[in-house]
Amino acid sequence: MINEIISMNGYGSYVWSAFSFTLISFASLYFVTKLQLVKEQSRFASKFGTLNVEKARVARSQNINKEILSNTSNI
Amino acid sequence: MFKYFEPNKIFVITSRAPKYVLFLFIIVLSIGLTEALILSPEDYKQSHAVRIMYVHVPAAWISLGIFSCLALFSIGSFVFKNKNFSLISKSLAPSGFIFNVIALVTGSIWGKPTWGTWWAWDARITSMLILALFYLMYLLAWRIYKDKEYVIKITSIIAILGVINVPIIKFSVDWWNSLHQSASVNVFSNTSIHMSMLIPLGIMTAAFTLFSLLIFLMKYNTELIKVKNKGLDRL
Repeated sequence: MINEIISMNGYGSYVWSAFSFTLISFASLYFVTKLQLVKEQSRFASKFGTLNVEKARVARSQNINKEILSNTSNI
Repeated sequence: MFKYFEPNKIFVITSRAPKYVLFLFIIVLSIGLTEALILSPEDYKQSHAVRIMYVHVPAAWISLGIFSCLALFSIGSFVFKNKNFSLISKSLAPSGFIFNVIALVTGSIWGKPTWGTWWAWDARITSMLILALFYLMYLLAWRIYKDKEYVIKITSIIAILGVINVPIIKFSVDWWNSLHQSASVNVFSNTSIHMSMLIPLGIMTAAFTLFSLLIFLMKYNTELIKVKNKGLDRL
């Protein structure tokens, strides 16, 4: 049974390489995109940390900024 | 109407959605892979080589679909001067490009046991390669040009020119003699694939759609945070 699934009547190398290529491409794109997102979130958090009290209050008044900060704390 | 889709309003959803989409994608992909690699029957002519269809066909469909959306949003950003549209089309491009590459590579792997060759300068394959080049030009344009207004113009032109190729890809197998088979799955006429193969194909298409949604959401969030980072500089 296992040998049959692996060899697939001699087509196994074609089928498994096509599926492997697809899954490796998915994993690579996911991790590259995730890395870019995390990098941008940390950049935002460190910039936010340098703001004075008044500027931080203004920035915090925007919901989107609050949301980014709450997501950053989850990293 | 566009005000309901303003980044400030939808970020709460787009920032939380990826983890749910990832969870759903893993479940649907697991079912799809089991169906495609183990449960679905082999073809009477192509034997087990037919299983490559379950990654090749959804990848090709989604890369065409994404490019059509990308062109639509590019026209939208050009006509309505809506910057959110250009962010959406920019976020769609990476997954579209990857799906196009997957369609080309898996098609080439499928070509060897069925046609006896890895590559042929056939109308369908060549037009898919041209689509990949348009995707590449689109992505490179965003990297090369720094002027926001200029890059939106350039990428919109690339998307609008590239979308002309989409119907050419679809009808290439009818217009020219081609090694590539004509469409087996039709929305408006009879589908020539048996249900036992159509179901895994549908599940894999759903999994690939979820993956493109996941990448789109993550990329869109990254682009929005970049915009907000610049906003902090201006405070």
